Amino acid sequence: MGTFSHKDLLGMRQLSVEDINLILETAESLKEISQRDVKKVPTLRGKSIINFFYEPSTRTRTSFEVAAKRLSADTLSLSASTSSMVKGETLIDTARNLQAMNPDLIVLRHSSSGAPHLLAGVMEAGVINAGDGINEHPTQALLDMFTIKEKKGRIEGLEIAIIGDIAHSRVARSNIIGLTKMGASVTVSGPPTMMPLDIHKMGVKVEYDPRKAVEEKDVVMLLRIQLERQSKLLFPTVREYAKFFGINNALVKLAKNDVIIMHPGPMNRGVEIESEVADGPCSVILDQVANGVAVRMAILYLLIGGAKSEGMD
Amino acid sequence: MRVWIRNGKVVDPVNNSVEEYDIIIEGERVSEIAPRGSFELNSEKIQIIEAGGKLILPGLIDMHTHLREPGYEYKETIASGSLAAAAGGFTSIACMPNTDPPNDCRAVTEFILEQAERANLVRVYPIAAISIGQMGERLTEFGDLKEAGAVGLSDDGRPVVNSELMRRAMEYARFHGLTVISHCEDLYLSEGGVMHEGEISTKIGLPGIPAASEEIMVYRDIALARLTRCPVHIAHVSTAESVDLIRRAKEAGLPVTAETAPHYFSLDHRALIGYNTNAKVNPPLRSETDVEAVKQGLKDGTIDAIATDHAPHSPLEKEVEFDKAAPGMIGLQTALSLAFNLVEEGILSLPEAIAKLSLNPSRILGVEGGRISKGQVADIVMVDHKSRYILGEKEIQSKSKNTPFLGKELLGRVEMTMVGGRIVWQRAG
Repeated sequence: MGTFSHKDLLGMRQLSVEDINLILETAESLKEISQRDVKKVPTLRGKSIINFFYEPSTRTRTSFEVAAKRLSADTLSLSASTSSMVKGETLIDTARNLQAMNPDLIVLRHSSSGAPHLLAGVMEAGVINAGDGINEHPTQALLDMFTIKEKKGRIEGLEIAIIGDIAHSRVARSNIIGLTKMGASVTVSGPPTMMPLDIHKMGVKVEYDPRKAVEEKDVVMLLRIQLERQSKLLFPTVREYAKFFGINNALVKLAKNDVIIMHPGPMNRGVEIESEVADGPCSVILDQVANGVAVRMAILYLLIGGAKSEGMD
Repeated sequence: MRVWIRNGKVVDPVNNSVEEYDIIIEGERVSEIAPRGSFELNSEKIQIIEAGGKLILPGLIDMHTHLREPGYEYKETIASGSLAAAAGGFTSIACMPNTDPPNDCRAVTEFILEQAERANLVRVYPIAAISIGQMGERLTEFGDLKEAGAVGLSDDGRPVVNSELMRRAMEYARFHGLTVISHCEDLYLSEGGVMHEGEISTKIGLPGIPAASEEIMVYRDIALARLTRCPVHIAHVSTAESVDLIRRAKEAGLPVTAETAPHYFSLDHRALIGYNTNAKVNPPLRSETDVEAVKQGLKDGTIDAIATDHAPHSPLEKEVEFDKAAPGMIGLQTALSLAFNLVEEGILSLPEAIAKLSLNPSRILGVEGGRISKGQVADIVMVDHKSRYILGEKEIQSKSKNTPFLGKELLGRVEMTMVGGRIVWQRAG
């Protein structure tokens, strides 16, 4: 197995193709642990991991927590409301205080793009970006890529559509960077209000009409529509969004027969995705969640287990 | 007391020349200036400054500085800002009104001038607010402010949104001979943005500020200048289209002048990669195309002045998440070096660069200085224009150290700064 030479996982941007393959292969070998009766290995015994979630999250936080526990690491959860940040402490001061307790990893979710980079600069502990503002959500992209590879056997050469609020989605940004790096062909779709300037410079095709975007696709990835963005004038009403951009069975039929439908959650049923699709045969949404644990175990292992660990058995 | 500055290369922005001249200063003013060797030492009572081939410039005039006093003395005071100015070769600085309280009445203007007098380093010219509290609702007392010592009017970072108010401000300011300086920004378009909207903001996931948010307001102000025939000065021009709008306004004979800041011709939006909050500034660092257009605007005279927009912030405002960080960078000690880069690149001649940092601002604001000639105030700077050095925190005289040029190599060092015949800064060693 190759080596992973990063202290932090800040984004897909920093990862090479080799890094991504290593993470996916490691996740592959760790996935089986979650199927055992005793779902625990001692690999990260004695390591401490702090889940610092400045923004609310259920799925990602739980997934990291489960992943860490299955590797026997000690975990601690902090949220903005329980941290001193509500008392006015700055992020850097919080980071320095946490560092003083000598953790091995910090998993950070934050509403500001670049916050994990700021943290990484002042901490000896590794930092994992669990979603920063509208920038990146690399572990989500990695679990999406793992799922795609699991279902399709490859990433290279696949035709993939990402539909929704591309401009404000960290899931979209990380997937665009990762999937194009791995040789997939990515088409982004959504109303022009949700399409960032110069997005084609990230190596993707733009197709505003979702019917055209899904045509002949191997993978269709939907993004959660943040309903509060209605007030930012990005779409007139939820009803109108659902009518023109919501994915239903009729739309799925335009894609390849064996298309898989993905969604990072949490879903707005009846908005960006109809229940007939979410619960239908093409949906791999729950596989994504299951794979999230394996991928996060792999990342934890590669960052703080590695050569120093006692081995996987 | 007489002072003899000899063997210097004197940059003359009026005649667009660089000549080996000697200068005699008596009291506060230049009494003689003549080709090298014209004067002979005939009295012991003269102080000799040996320039040794270094450049002698008219003292620089910064028409856009933030001094933070009153209200934010932990970022900068009038004294610390004055020292930073002197160290950067500026002998006059015009300070923006966004203090706390804002400079919207005689009492604050007078306070600033008193503090400047106590600091006793460089000339400080207050720019007063256009509207009371910079709230964009009611005009301040332009006449009273002028009598108190204000030289211009601006709501700066809280731009006048109401076009009717802007029109009346321009009209009324003309009566009092004050320059209206406009920070052009459509606040609806820029809301929530933290960097230039374009390829880089898309790639690094930061909310963007479109170039149009500046250009729309530049056009509005030009339209008002056409309507009223009253002058308006456009602050910190940062986009290609703004340069073009101003160029066409000037061709049409409208009384429009403009400045840019050194960072708009020295850095582009790629400086934000890595989320360096010291590169966060408003207007934001733009695209490579915009940077080229700003340089062209400087070259063809569309942009009259280079002003620093010196904006000190402490680590409390800068060592935070990118969204939360206050925009702005200090600039008093880097402006001249960055202008020298334009000379090296062949964009501007040396006298043209110095004109944009001295003569042109003096004309726009109607303040003295900007040239070295007989009878003029002896605001003079000596610069080793060939020296290169790495900018370290210890060189920075400002209370705040927020600049993306920290650790970068700069061209040219200010050796000595003289204000009214008195040396206020001399480089150690």
